[in-house]
Amino acid sequence: MKREIGFTLNGEAVRLEVEDQWTLLYLLREVLEMTGTKEGCGYGECGACTVIIDGKAINSCLYPAMEAEGRAITTIEGLVSKDGELHPLQTAFINEGAVQCGFCTPGMIMSAKALLDANDKPTEEEIKDAVAGNLCRCTGYVKIIDAIKSAAGGR
Amino acid sequence: MNSLTTVGQKIPKRDAPPKAIGAAVYIQDMKVPGMLHGKILYSKHPHARILKLDTSRAEKLAGVRAVITAADMPSTFRIGVMKDNPPLKTGKVLSIRDEIAAVAATSPEIAEEALSLIEVEYEVLPGIFDPIEAMKEGAMLLHEETKSNVLKLPWKLVCGDVEAAKKEAVFIVEDTFSTPWVTHCCLGTSGCIAQFDTNNNLTMYSNTQIPSLAQNDYIEALNAFGLKNKRVRIVQCVIGGGFGSKLDTYSYEYIAIRLSLKTRKPVKIIFSREEEFFATSPRQCTITKISHGCDREGRLMFREIEMVLDNGAYTSWGATTPSVMMLPISSLYKVPNVKYTAKCVYTNNTYSQAMRGYGNPQATFAIESSLDQLAEIAGIDPYELRLKNANEPGEVTPQRFKITSCGMKECIEEVVKRLNWKGKHGRGAGRGVGMASLIHVGGGARVYKSDGCGTIIKMDDFGKVDVFTGASDIGQGSETIIAQIVAEVLGIPIDDVNVINNDTDICPWDVGVHASRTTFVAGNAALGAALKIKSQVLEAAAKLLEEDPAYLDIKNGIVFSTRNKEKSTPLGKALRKAHYTLGGKMLMAEYFYDPKNENFDKEFKGNLSVSYAYGTHGVEVEVDKETGQVKILDYVAAHDVGKAINPLLLEGQIYGGGLQGVGYALGEKMVYVNGELKNGNFLDYKIPTAKDVPPMQAVIVETDEKDGPFGAKGIGEPGLVPTAPAIANAIYDAVGVRIKDLPITPEKVLKALKGKEKIG
Ligand code: FES
Ligand code: FES
Repeated sequence: MKREIGFTLNGEAVRLEVEDQWTLLYLLREVLEMTGTKEGCGYGECGACTVIIDGKAINSCLYPAMEAEGRAITTIEGLVSKDGELHPLQTAFINEGAVQCGFCTPGMIMSAKALLDANDKPTEEEIKDAVAGNLCRCTGYVKIIDAIKSAAGGR
Repeated sequence: MNSLTTVGQKIPKRDAPPKAIGAAVYIQDMKVPGMLHGKILYSKHPHARILKLDTSRAEKLAGVRAVITAADMPSTFRIGVMKDNPPLKTGKVLSIRDEIAAVAATSPEIAEEALSLIEVEYEVLPGIFDPIEAMKEGAMLLHEETKSNVLKLPWKLVCGDVEAAKKEAVFIVEDTFSTPWVTHCCLGTSGCIAQFDTNNNLTMYSNTQIPSLAQNDYIEALNAFGLKNKRVRIVQCVIGGGFGSKLDTYSYEYIAIRLSLKTRKPVKIIFSREEEFFATSPRQCTITKISHGCDREGRLMFREIEMVLDNGAYTSWGATTPSVMMLPISSLYKVPNVKYTAKCVYTNNTYSQAMRGYGNPQATFAIESSLDQLAEIAGIDPYELRLKNANEPGEVTPQRFKITSCGMKECIEEVVKRLNWKGKHGRGAGRGVGMASLIHVGGGARVYKSDGCGTIIKMDDFGKVDVFTGASDIGQGSETIIAQIVAEVLGIPIDDVNVINNDTDICPWDVGVHASRTTFVAGNAALGAALKIKSQVLEAAAKLLEEDPAYLDIKNGIVFSTRNKEKSTPLGKALRKAHYTLGGKMLMAEYFYDPKNENFDKEFKGNLSVSYAYGTHGVEVEVDKETGQVKILDYVAAHDVGKAINPLLLEGQIYGGGLQGVGYALGEKMVYVNGELKNGNFLDYKIPTAKDVPPMQAVIVETDEKDGPFGAKGIGEPGLVPTAPAIANAIYDAVGVRIKDLPITPEKVLKALKGKEKIG
């Protein structure tokens, strides 16, 4: 069944029709063709699909698109400012060497952003907790943790 | 070469910005107009006869454009290292990943639904899932045309006289170690898009690690399909992890090709995570019997190893890992007498592929665990035993490896110092330290007839450079390393160097991203091409400046005379001058670097690599005697890398490899029960998360490798090679139990502790 919903996506109001069975990830990637958000598993275990919904980091692969009604959603595409300036977390990930194959990176950055938005001086444990659901097979996480620390410190 | 400006710097990866903003296009993100979606039907049983296969209902489903079965493939067409694998199976299936049929449809959902409409009737056959069983006389044969389930591969290495050394050795240990099936777990799953033009030339969008070899494989396939003399172009999307998983071409790729041919449309196949677990080729499980002997002073006298490897149902490069295992077996530490045999055995399990380290981790787990056992009975501190037997520069090992640069002793010393080994080893009481070293190829590896890589460089009118390299970037950062090398040689800012590395139509040949060879081989190829074009630039500038080119150099994009300050010109001006002249030219250079390493001879001897990489990992653990839980308190990974071209990326390789090693040591195992994978998801197959990161120090030990580009050696694989034995050794030091079967789970530790109590 189709229903029209409205929500805020990266600061802009959108209205569109969604199908019952669509996940938010499907809506983003397949319908809106915003492929920055990745699918690593499709069942809530890898974090590659993380987006921020009303301030919380959420696995969009498990999130029904319908539920987006009325919410504020931020994806990796929404982090770059209008004049093309990268978010401090993105810069930190780049400069600290936190990106290898990069498949986990958008999700990882979104989890980190949700953390820093709520807590601008996280401890190392809090950082690890915040990205514990984001799997990365390449980096060993060390430089990811460094990057998040550096982005937090630089604020 | 002194006063380097770009090489040696911590330069961020050049492909990081698009990845960090979500703009990088992976195969998952790639769309081609008119594209269909392919899905594969796999066998329900690990061993069965297909009695009936009816696709008629699937074919009728709206949106389905084609259904193919083995009947659509040439009956003799086989893929894989031993050509024992038909891309679609008929008659008998030999594993649960056997492909039986495939569908192309207008959406993935329709394709999926169509699969459920295909009817298959099986006669289930008993299977063989244990390689030891499969080796037995009279065992059922997987491939009926063979005489034995043991693959016809000649894995045997003999150096010196092990029997004689055994008689003379004062201390001898013997034991058996085993390792499990583990899988790469690339975050980006496998996939491709096959597309034909009107002349039946194929373009394959792919995430392969071997574009040039894959091109060859596909051409063979097209020939088999009756399409002779066609062109194949491979375009790599951004690759979401490799680790060896993409060193071969697989059935799904040929299925996409066949579906595309049949439908005349581009066909995309993307693996689900579930498929990625059960239908890609993992690191095989091994059983290793090892014995080691030394003299009274602890000098190693012999090493003898017999190994059985589960090959699975078909053959990919996993079956060739014993060739690389020979490297640590013959040459990790000085050991004059060596004997090694390995058998790869067909079973009804999944089939194996190489994974980061290419067999080295399995061999090193046995060797380094056994060495600690030897140190104990010889009454020597394990670190002293290692130092005493450490490899050295200038050594020629029994397998005829010529050791050039070698920082093994320095790596051992770094670990000892940073871990405070002397204050910590041998205390027991739940805390302990352990170490293990590694040797790996660090200067290419001549496993094929060529170990080469081509590079083309062209310069535009403004001094900007395009580098076309055969070397793929799978996230490790080769693009950045190559750009650094070229920028350094040409004296230009790194931002002026553009690297193109993903299209066989424009990039030259390369044997593939494997064997930690890219920095060394592709780096040298880039270096050679850069030097060549530099001399052309200087020639051109010489005319403009009326100076002898021998006295010209380039820095910051300015060509200048080294003896006359007055004479200088921006690079672009010299280039334009060369171009806009009657009979002028555009500057372009190519270079093919093929290292002067050797293929093994019939006895598996020869200098496989131009240089060898070393490293030592040391770890301090705490073992909870109540739960068997192992906690890593400190981890030091010291690596001899030659010259670090980019310490930032290099550390990334060490940390990343190290944590993969921790997973291998403490948790990862594909649980196959009667040929079926029981834990094919991230919940049940646990790879390390951020919570599992121990305090880690990556220590870069620099040695000068004269053949390396700016002195560099490879580092891609070494990071995970010695992790598992270092941890096993630390656990033994902590609580006196030795776990010989990876992974070292709390249950195994607890069981061993209980067993020890009983004896004690
Ligand atoms: S894709 Fe959503 S958690 Fe893996
Ligand atoms: S960078 Fe490859 S999975 Fe994280």
